[in-house]
Amino acid sequence: MSFGQLGYDVAHLLGGGVLLLSFVLLYQRRIGAVINAFAMQGALLALAAAWAAHAQGVAGLYLTAMLTMAAKGVLIPLALHATVRRLDLHRTVETALGIGPSLVAGVGLVALAILVALPATEGARALAREDLALALSVVLLGMLMMITRRNAISQVIGLLSLENGLILAAIGVAGMPLVVELSTAALVLMIAVVAAVFAFQIRERFDTLDTASLEEHRGERR
Amino acid sequence: MSLQWAIVFLPWLGAAALAAVPRLRPATAGNVALSGLTFAMALALAAQPFGQEGWTRVDALNLPFLVLSAFVGLTTAVFSAATLDQEGFDHWRIRAYHAAYQVFMGAQFLALLADNLGVMWVAIEIATLATVSMVAVHRTPAAFEAAWKFFILCGVGIALALFGTIVLYLAAQPLLHEENGLSWAALMQVAPDCAPGTLNLAFAFLLLGYGTKAGLVPLHSWLPDAHAEGPVPISAVLSGLLLNAAMLAVLRAKSIVGANPEAIAPGPFLLGLGLATVTLAAIALWRRRDARRFFGWSSIEHMGIAAFAFGLGGAAANLAGLLHLLGHSLVKSAVFFGVGRAAQAKGSQKIADIQGLVTTHPALGWGLAIAIAGIAGLPPMLLFASEFRLLSAAAAQMPWLALALALAMVVALAALVTVLQAMCFGPPTPDAAGALDGWREAAAAAPLWLHLAVATALALAMPAGLAAMLAEAARVIG
Repeated sequence: MSFGQLGYDVAHLLGGGVLLLSFVLLYQRRIGAVINAFAMQGALLALAAAWAAHAQGVAGLYLTAMLTMAAKGVLIPLALHATVRRLDLHRTVETALGIGPSLVAGVGLVALAILVALPATEGARALAREDLALALSVVLLGMLMMITRRNAISQVIGLLSLENGLILAAIGVAGMPLVVELSTAALVLMIAVVAAVFAFQIRERFDTLDTASLEEHRGERR
Repeated sequence: MSLQWAIVFLPWLGAAALAAVPRLRPATAGNVALSGLTFAMALALAAQPFGQEGWTRVDALNLPFLVLSAFVGLTTAVFSAATLDQEGFDHWRIRAYHAAYQVFMGAQFLALLADNLGVMWVAIEIATLATVSMVAVHRTPAAFEAAWKFFILCGVGIALALFGTIVLYLAAQPLLHEENGLSWAALMQVAPDCAPGTLNLAFAFLLLGYGTKAGLVPLHSWLPDAHAEGPVPISAVLSGLLLNAAMLAVLRAKSIVGANPEAIAPGPFLLGLGLATVTLAAIALWRRRDARRFFGWSSIEHMGIAAFAFGLGGAAANLAGLLHLLGHSLVKSAVFFGVGRAAQAKGSQKIADIQGLVTTHPALGWGLAIAIAGIAGLPPMLLFASEFRLLSAAAAQMPWLALALALAMVVALAALVTVLQAMCFGPPTPDAAGALDGWREAAAAAPLWLHLAVATALALAMPAGLAAMLAEAARVIG
């Protein structure tokens, strides 16, 4: 499979779409929009997994696609929206870095990912290499989002989108044992459930979900 | 089912059963019985020949840690049975705590036994989820902060480790059959022919990812809080078991990358991270006021020392690193038994409130004093033997780095001795709670003394079988 063939092009397009949505996640200010962008990223990732299942002829990946669609496209966003509504969160997202600088940093990270991933994987097939570069970009952008956002829900979404990058990497490597996808899907659900429980408790005891306020409760004071 | 899987699934089945037990005494008794059974199974596993069975393997590298984990799991269960009523749990927390404890133990065994790197990753993930829920079980703001930080940082670390695993498979894919794709043994065989660049990338992510779980700089900051805010017995298993499993994962990755002569040498990375970790922790130790956080930082320091040893490489330094991990598990869990019990008795875990233990609680105070001296690297414990071997190996290979390491270790030693003096021999502070009734005070102190006895015995007279096994393991790491 190489450039100009349908299988390659569609996989590349979907992977690029996932990366694009990582940028969308970076610059959204309102928390509802962040959650929607994450849902779209999850849905696109599910399509990418389904396409990989078709192109590689691995039936198990359809299961990954369905789980991803159900969990990341629908259930997790619904749960997060419900949490936001229930907690009556204020409408804007505080960012520690500002939108412009975080986009610049994002572009820098993508360049870094490509510079690292492409030369490092010279032996592998073209699709696997470029998928890896895309996936690494999504992972790094997820980390950037976790660093720049201070609101607990946005941080969780950063972690979840980082996980999206992992799944993108896993489906790009044809023949990767299925155990990894299954465990990742289970993991994401777990993370969302436990994190939501935590976030709710944090909200219950503090007025804000801002994790900076947690620092007050360290046990190191005199 | 083979014994290798039985030792994983017995705790998990037991966890399901313990989740249904609402009362304290039956739950703690069940927990001790299960842990005793798994310890017996670990000993039985040690009597069997080495070998690989599907996704799991027993070899010289993981067997000592497996037996050690089962041992510490048992002693911690006994300590937990003696002291858990001080935590003031309601019946939901009793269920959650014991179920999470056994889920963690099963996952710990699986993480150590796994030959398949994907299975190992899943096991470490399960262990993380179980420990996060144990850290949060008190539901105070401080416990939530600790659990939240633990969860987010380790979530990132685990994600990076999975990425590294995927890249590792990508490197080896052209040379492997699909069914044994992530097997460590298969990867070791093909590693010399893999694409070196891809291996480098994989190692970077695996080191950073599992290094987070092992408490290495720069993603170490979850560790002190997680050790300080969970129930008292949890600190012992966090320090004694979880960190070892993560370090073993790093070592498995290192052995694969190290087997390829063209790939970048993994040693200097471990060396650098280890030295940075030891130095930072040695300085941070001086600023702690909370006793359990203090010893959490000390765990970071010791993981740094072990990473330094494995980074140095070679038979002598690797052996020193393995001895250090074993000794640290034994002595640090002993320290946490002592500190935990002292914090309960004094009603505070601030160092300033826990003073003069030798006067008020002689058995506890002397035990803790010896344990802290042991963790500081004073003879005759195992840690003295390992640090001495490490420093002499380092001085022979890289004298300047050995000097830097020795300096950091002396700074940490001084901090530990200061705290030892204050907590054990200072002017006594008043007790907040009375002694535990009857057998329980003895059962709370026994694990501490037992660990010290084992650590001393291993340092003075290491059984020949174990010594041979560790030498073999040192060769496996490369």
